[in-house]
Amino acid sequence: MKIVVCIKQVPDTEAEIKWDIPKGTLKRDSIDTIPNPFDEFAFEEALLTRENYDGDIVAISMGPEKANDVLRNALALTANEVYRLTDDAFAGSDTFGTASVLAAGIKKIGDVDLIFCGKQSTDGSTGVVGAEIASILGYSPLTYVSKIRQIDAANKKIVVERVIEGGTEVVEAKLPAVVSVIKGINEPRLPNLMGIRKAAKIEIPQWNADDLGIDKGKVGTAGSSTKVVEITVPPPRGAGEILKGEIEDVANIVTDKLIDMKVIK
Amino acid sequence: MANDVWVYIEHKDGGIAPLSFELLGIGKAMANDLGSNVCAFAIGENVDNIAKEAFFYGASKVFAVEGEVFKGFRSEAYAKVVTFLLDKYKPEAALFRATTQGTDVAAASAAQLGMGLCTDSIDLKVEGGQVKMTRAAFGGNYSVTVVNEKAKPQIVTVRPKAFAMPEKDDSKSGEVVKEAFSVEESDLNTKILEFNKSEVAINLVEADIIVSGGRGLGNEDGFKIIKELAAMIGGAVGASRAAVDSGWISQEQQVGQTGKTVKPKIYIACGISGAIQHLAGMRTADCIVAINKDPEAPIFKNATYGIVGDYKQVVPKLIEKFKVKLNK
Repeated sequence: MKIVVCIKQVPDTEAEIKWDIPKGTLKRDSIDTIPNPFDEFAFEEALLTRENYDGDIVAISMGPEKANDVLRNALALTANEVYRLTDDAFAGSDTFGTASVLAAGIKKIGDVDLIFCGKQSTDGSTGVVGAEIASILGYSPLTYVSKIRQIDAANKKIVVERVIEGGTEVVEAKLPAVVSVIKGINEPRLPNLMGIRKAAKIEIPQWNADDLGIDKGKVGTAGSSTKVVEITVPPPRGAGEILKGEIEDVANIVTDKLIDMKVIK
Repeated sequence: MANDVWVYIEHKDGGIAPLSFELLGIGKAMANDLGSNVCAFAIGENVDNIAKEAFFYGASKVFAVEGEVFKGFRSEAYAKVVTFLLDKYKPEAALFRATTQGTDVAAASAAQLGMGLCTDSIDLKVEGGQVKMTRAAFGGNYSVTVVNEKAKPQIVTVRPKAFAMPEKDDSKSGEVVKEAFSVEESDLNTKILEFNKSEVAINLVEADIIVSGGRGLGNEDGFKIIKELAAMIGGAVGASRAAVDSGWISQEQQVGQTGKTVKPKIYIACGISGAIQHLAGMRTADCIVAINKDPEAPIFKNATYGIVGDYKQVVPKLIEKFKVKLNK
């Protein structure tokens, strides 16, 4: 089986974010970054799938130089191949632009059976790129996956569990499929020292717009139909009232206030 | 009309969720500002009932596509229909709820139409005839406002409960436009085998009241009293990442950046310190009550009411008071 994992380097949640205000994009080069936490589950699921069903793992990431970090991490975790999809023309891509570039990468890899993605990134948090890749390529869309029950590589079939509102849905799908996984599907392992050392020496191959056969006018800032027009810092919520005194009195006050909201029936 | 606002009505096998129609309220307000109408659209095996109800909640017209192949939501099948309808009618905006169903179908359709979309919008307005969509980014530390200048419709998913549910008026009715559009089963790649209702079926995202526990509960048993308080006031049970990662409660109940984003009317945080990752998931709650032993806990900076104390003493007291005051 050929397995592709789409991964992303994201700003550390604790890091100070710097925006390029006129462009409405992030100044990604000046921020501490980490692998997107959801992608760690996706990558681990790819490793487990390779262990159970055999195959090769190809990790891809779209992004500037910094994206090499997440790809190197994938190599340290024994990815068979990695590619960075990068081009000045990709900068400022909206979700459709991003999904188009990743889909072109998947096409170029060729004969792919399974694509793993994290449910969402922790920076953009749109949670739609996996579904868009499936839609662009015409592959089975399997989102919010909490468990892979079974893969029948010979008959090109997969059965998964998806967590949706109110319960869990069991879905059978044809391969190739795009599987976006939720937190908790597995326990991601950490790379070992030998893996890290080996990965440090490997040069990460790059694919640009021409390599991928992408029309530059259809991706990046030029191709994006959505445009950020304003970035604001929402006013702080503001501390309310600290209720002081005996628990008896405090409980009386707070229950009265909550009952007054007429939400509790 | 070309600048109408369309609202996708989600349902599960014809069953209507309480909030299925919630976006007709904001859709109507937007349509008023655009000088147009709000229309509902629904797909399913049979959507007569849904269409009828959509008028009660303010739709001026309903577009429907029916067929056996649409029994049970499958994003690939539904997205083909949505793509067809939006391409044919090109409304100004198409609103979906930011649920698993709404997000999947909006994303797949936007990709088919070759355009971006704005997800999890928390504010929508019309300015100078243009729809502006605002969403939270980076755990709610920033608000980003997005427009779609190049293509119609503007596809938006909207955070559940971000806008008030419209009033119901069951004297209303209107025209249902049934479009003939079919999808062959053989063209579809997915098949739903079964659906298992979850034990924690009270959906956090839809809940008006949430009682959450964090690391400060100390152990799994701490959730017993959290559940008791939640049951007393008709709330759902949530948790912080620390509590989930400790294995005290299921991941489905996690609120925060790597869990769910919720917008209840009342959020009671017990033993939760209030890390920014947790705040990202709940800071838009109408009223936040924080109970924590540590007076310096960041949660107090975001709480409407703060109680510095041990949850083991405070929560039973709250249960006792509610019991008396609510006659339970």
